[in-house]
Formats: sequence, C-alpha cells, structure tokens
Amino acid sequence: MISFEMPESIRKTTVLMETIAENMMRPVARYFDEHEHEIPWDYINFMHEAMKQMGVSSIAAKNVKKKKEGPRLGNQRQAFMLEILSWGDSGLFLCTPGGGLGAAAVQAAGSPEQKERFLSCHTGEKPTFDAMALTEPHAGSAMPAEVRTTAVRDGDQWVLNGEKIFVTAGHKALVDSDGFVVIWATIDPSAGRAGVRPFVVEAGTPGCSVTKLEHKLGIRASDTVSILLQDCRVPFENLMGSPEVVKDKKKGFKGAMATFDATRPLVAAMAVGVARAALESVKQMLEERGVEVQYGLPRNRLTNIEREIIDMETMLRSTWLLVLKSVWMLDERKPNTIEASMAKVRAGDVVVKITQRATELMGPVGYSREHLLEKWFRDAKINDLYEGTGQINRLIVARRILDYTRHELS
Amino acid sequence: MYSFEPDEEQRMLIEAVERYATNDLRVAAHDADEEGELPAGLIEKGWELGVLQASIPEAYGGFGERSVVSGVLAAEAMGWGDLASAMAVMLPATYAIPILVGGTEEQKTRLLPPVIEAEWKPYVAAFIEPSFDFYPGEMQTKAKKNGDIYLLNGEKACVPFADKAESMLVYAGLDGQTQAFVVPTGVEGLTVGEREKLMGIGALPMYRVKFEDLEIPIESRLGGEDGCDFNPILASAQVAIAGLAVGVSKAALDYVLPYAKEREVWGVPIAQKQSIAFMLAEMATEIEAIRLLIWEAAWMLDAGKDVTKEAYLALTGASDMAMMVTDQAVQVLGGHGYIREHPVELWMRNGRGIPTLTGLAMV
Ligand SMILES: Cc1cc2nc3c(=O)[nH]c(=O)nc-3n(C[C@H](O)[C@H](O)[C@H](O)COP(=O)(O)OP(=O)(O)OC[C@H]3O[C@@H](n4cnc5c(N)ncnc54)[C@H](O)[C@@H]3O)c2cc1C
Repeated sequence: MISFEMPESIRKTTVLMETIAENMMRPVARYFDEHEHEIPWDYINFMHEAMKQMGVSSIAAKNVKKKKEGPRLGNQRQAFMLEILSWGDSGLFLCTPGGGLGAAAVQAAGSPEQKERFLSCHTGEKPTFDAMALTEPHAGSAMPAEVRTTAVRDGDQWVLNGEKIFVTAGHKALVDSDGFVVIWATIDPSAGRAGVRPFVVEAGTPGCSVTKLEHKLGIRASDTVSILLQDCRVPFENLMGSPEVVKDKKKGFKGAMATFDATRPLVAAMAVGVARAALESVKQMLEERGVEVQYGLPRNRLTNIEREIIDMETMLRSTWLLVLKSVWMLDERKPNTIEASMAKVRAGDVVVKITQRATELMGPVGYSREHLLEKWFRDAKINDLYEGTGQINRLIVARRILDYTRHELS
Repeated sequence: MYSFEPDEEQRMLIEAVERYATNDLRVAAHDADEEGELPAGLIEKGWELGVLQASIPEAYGGFGERSVVSGVLAAEAMGWGDLASAMAVMLPATYAIPILVGGTEEQKTRLLPPVIEAEWKPYVAAFIEPSFDFYPGEMQTKAKKNGDIYLLNGEKACVPFADKAESMLVYAGLDGQTQAFVVPTGVEGLTVGEREKLMGIGALPMYRVKFEDLEIPIESRLGGEDGCDFNPILASAQVAIAGLAVGVSKAALDYVLPYAKEREVWGVPIAQKQSIAFMLAEMATEIEAIRLLIWEAAWMLDAGKDVTKEAYLALTGASDMAMMVTDQAVQVLGGHGYIREHPVELWMRNGRGIPTLTGLAMV
C-alpha cells in the first residue's frame, strides 16, 4: 500500500540530527571552509560519542550488531540522517567518524567475518574513519574497467602497487585515526573489469602512504587525498569477494558494484540537504523582507521570484521522494540500480540549479562570504561529480531502460 | 511506514484500466482526434470498469471508499491510453467527487445515486473560464444571493458534453470565495454556445456556456447554505490532471524507446548516441520523480491533510514534465515526429494542455 507516513523511529532520529546540524555544524561551517585541512575534532568527538550511545553509525557501518525485529529501515534512516547533516554542512558531514564509503564497500562486498573484523574498528574508544579508493590519475568515470593498481598474490598475502587519487577522508582514515581504506585493484590485468577486487588496507600498513592533500572549490572541511601503494602487503583475507577470476563471469565483481546501489542514493540525499539549506535560506531572507510566496496562482500571475521558489520546491521535493524510494527499495531488498542512478542524476542537477539560482536571486548577499549561500553553491557541485558523474548515471539509466549492455551504449 | 508499492486491489485496478487503455483507447485515439468524435461504445466500456463507482460508498449507490491514490493510479493508466477519451470516461467524477467531498448528506443521497447507478451519462462540471489569467481562486463567473435564491452570471469555457449534459456543477465566485452550484440543464438563463476548437484533446466535445441571471435555489449550493471548502476539491482536480499527465508522458516515453533502438543513423541505432540516450534517461527520471510528488499529494489528501500547496506543486511539476517529455518524444522521432501518423505530436499537443485543463478531471 502506497504510504508516505514517516515511521516514528525515523522521526526521532531526525529530531536529534536537526539539533546536531543546527548546533554543532552551522556555527562552525564558515570557519572550516576558511581553514581548509584543519580537522573539526569537536564535531568528530561529539559525533563519535553520540553515535556510540545511539548504536548507529553515519553512513554504512550498520547491521554490524544483531538484526532487530520489525521492518528494515536502515537505509531510509540513513538517507534522512545524511540529508539533515548535509543541510548542517556537507563538508563537515564527510568528517563524520564511524563508517564512510569504505564501510559501505565492506557492507556490500565483504563476508560476515570481514564485516565483523573491519567494521569493529569503528566501535572502539577513539573515533576512526574509513575511505574508498577507486579513482586513479588516468581514469575516474572509466572505473573499474581501467583499474591499474595491481594486487599480486604472494603466499598468504597480497602485494599492492599503484596510485589512487581523490580519496575522500583518506587522511583521516590512514593518518589521523586507526581506520582503513578500501583499495580497488586488479588481480588479473588481462581480465578487465572481471579482475577487479576491493581490498582492505588498514592504517599503519607499510607501503601505503598519503601523498597529497587537495585544495578544493568546496566541501573544504573534508580531506581529499592521493594514496600511494608501494609493495604494500595485506593479509590474504583482506580481499573481498572471490580470489578466482572467471572470465566473462562477473562473480566477485558484481557484488562490489552493488556498493553503488547503496551509496548513490545516499550521496543524492546529501545533495538534497545542501539544496534545502539554500532554498530555506532564500525563503527566510525573503520573509524577513516581507516578500510572501503565494502558492496556487497560475504562472502568469506569479512574480519571478515566486516562480523561482515554486520551481525549486517542486524540484527539491520530487527529488527527495526519488531518493526515498531508492533507499526504501534497498531496505526491501528490491533491485534499485535504476532508481539509485535516477536519484543521483536528479539530485546532482537539482542541487546545482538551486544553489546557482539562490546565489543569483540574493544578489550581492548571495555572492558575499558573509553568508553561507555562496558556500553551498561551491559545496553543491561535487554532488554532480563523485559517485558517478551526472553523465555516467545518465548512461546507467539509459542502458537500463533501453536494455543495452555497456558495449551497446558507452 | 513508507511504501511505494500499490496494494493488491490497486494492482488489479491498474491492470484492468491498462488493458482497456491498450486495447480500446490507444486504438481509437488517432481517428477520434482527427474526426473530433469518440467512437460509439468506447466511453461506456470504460465506465463499466467502475473506477468512479468503486470510490463512492454504498449509501450513495457505489461500492467502495474514495481513495485519491487509487484514483491517481487509474488516471495514470487511463491517460496512457488517450487523454481526451480518459477525460470523457472520467467525466462524471468531475460532478460526483465534489458532491461527495463538499456536499451535505441530503445532497449526496439525492444527487449521487442517479450518476453512479446508471450507465455513463454526461454529468459535467463547468470550471474553466475563457480568460488568459483564469485563476480558480477568483472565478469571474459570479453567484449573488438574491432573497432565497442565487443569481448566476458569467461564462465558462471547455465544458465537456454541455449540449447533452444531464446536470452541471458550476463553479462561481461568491463573496470572494469559489463555490459550486448544481445546475440542471435546459433551464432559462443557461446558453450552450459553440463547440470549442482546441489545439489538443480534439475528440472530447466541449462547449462555451453562458449564464445570465440564472436562478439557483439555495439547496443547490454545494454544501447547502454554508457552502463548501473549495480547497480539497481544487486539490483533487490538480492531482487528477497531474496523474493523467504522467500517463501521457509515459505513453510518449514508451513509444520512443523501441523507436530509438530501431531507427539507425550511419549504421547505428540512434539510441546508442548519447544525446538521444541521455534525453531518454532524463525523460524517465523526470516522470519517476514527479509521479512520486503526485502520489504524495494524493496520499496526504486521503489522510485528510491540507494539501493546497502540495497539490499545486504536484501540478506545477506535472505540467513541466508533460511538456518536456512530449516535446523530447517528438525530437527523438525527428521529422517523423511532426507527422500526424505517429502519435507523439498528439501527445505534445495534449501535453501543453495539462496546466490549462485543470477542472476537467477529478479523482
Ligand atoms: C572532492 C572529491 C572527492 C572524491 N572522493 C572520491 C572517493 O572517495 N573515492 C574515489 O574513488 N573517488 C573519489 N572521487 C573521484 C570522482 O569519483 C571522480 O572524479 C569522478 O568519478 C569523475 O572521474 P574523473 O575526475 O576522472 O573525470 P573523467 O572520467 O575524466 O570525466 C571527465 C568528463 O567526461 C565525462 N565522461 C566520462 N565518461 C563519459 C562517458 N562514457 N560518456 C559521457 N561522458 C563521459 C564525465 O561525466 C566528465 O564530465 C572524488 C572526487 C572529488 C573531486
């Protein structure tokens, strides 16, 4: 039965998240934007404690403990959390300890033992981070087919060599805490995609080093790094999936791609949070100046600003519902690849459009660094780039609706 | 709990409507539009599906409860077949649903059974007005209290089957509020004018209707002496036309997908070109997103919430979606899309009508 009733337990979570977003994030959002690479320890420590108490984690280290009775809401709850915390500040949100994209990959591709072993680092005394490294200097969108980082078996170890770039929270995972990074490497370069596997590399592993901290347009509170792997040895059991490569069979690889079915809607949720921040802020400024938006009028009676606001609200709400549907499907164990990519496509578009219009509509105020609007404009754009650019997610949707393979449409 | 899945009953309803839309509406659509006439028996067959009857309680001659969500799902499936005939089949709902929502007990008992228990008859509504800045919140057709009657004056546009209507629900401004009045046809002061000539939905016969000092007894005001709340009625109209818009858009997408895989340029199907493939992906994404927005408004309406804003936003989104999707459908077919042998140009003409045609459907 079609229903839009928010479950009570999610509502409780949102109340808490709103408090955190308003009190722990907004007040320091500007500071950490202007102090790139400074680490927001207050926020991190607070979140670590808060999540320990709540028994939840930020992005994906869920279900580590026993399953509870009742409907599965994990991904839906996370979407709400991420939307609200990104409304608070998306750069700071990406500094949330206790499970990021690395944990999501472990969740999607790891065995029960691996989940237990790798994700348990997040439940310790100190806050820890994880990261996921797929992108390499020569290729991003073309991944994972073009992975050049290699993993060669040597007895009961794998030896990794290669370079990864643009790793979100890589510094926090490897340098600032005892976390881990999921490294995508090929165990058979002649096999293309079929040879690519995720490996867990824990902090302190010799041969794995952080070599560069990027300076970015936005989400400056979040570190983005390069990772160099030079004869980096990890235990055999750190490979997730099958150690065998069966040509033309995507076993071992397919499970890994499922990561994106889970992370794309979540990135879309983050985008929606930023867009909502901008839209609410514009509405509030208008309200303070006594400009009231009227709903219900035909377009020819609307002022331009009313039309803008109404269009933005329509875009934003429909996108959020698309996100919600894609995480609901995930919770219901329904295949959601197409919905996940649709949500990502639209959220990327919408957050960029809304923040661009918001800054334009608010004129000098929108452009000024005294207000957060211009920051959200900068923060927004990343959502159309990572976890598959808008183009890559369009390709995925198009292939699905046309029933095409990657070879037929690329 | 969130859920995005129709229940068993809704699935059966959708399937039944889809069958009818595919086998009857779609087959008839082209000629009906060209000839400006619906084939005999088409409407009656659709009426027998019982979509409206199922949303009217037994006490008033029906056999169910109103569910706006189910109504929207049916509208989607019906609109997929053909917009004009979908509106014709659903026409009595524009009369019955407002009575169900805003009528007094006496009005419901008196007015609904003749509509619901009989075969399809043109029970209609006069909603739209012939002015570029028509706004349902400020009807230019006016009702004025005059002793123990109301006097109705004004002009309505796009009144379906006005020439044959059994009875008409007329919307008019009264003391700054939009109210509805049940008006019998063939009475003094009511003139049915020329048949409308529109860009689209040509198969649906629609007329101008004029009211000159038409006298209406007090008990014919919807809701009786105190009147009714117009907002939920308007919202029903908005989500209904929005649901139809999803159907029209989905029809266009479903038509161009196989076409794009077949049509080749330089030895490659156009669907393998990204500029086409991306358009298709965007069309599909837009439909999916806006559809959920409409569902949410419908669900809120069922839950008894005030959806003045949500239903308006849903229709705003649906209007843009329909225009974008139907326009791109023509684009995918290229010059062939411009030729009336293919249905995409009809959908494009119908798609433009979505924001204008509010009031012609109700769920
Ligand atoms: C701040 C930040 C954080 C990031 N975090 C991570 C992370 O944690 N882990 C990680 O692995 N990566 C991360 N990335 C990398 C990100 O996922 C890639 O940048 C992205 O996938 C695009 O790859 P690219 O930069 O190599 O661009 P390219 O692949 O070179 O693409 C360039 C342009 O070509 C388009 N394009 C590419 N292929 C096609 C095609 N087939 N059809 C049509 N258009 C195409 C793209 O859409 C884009 O517009 C991060 C990036 C940034 C900037």
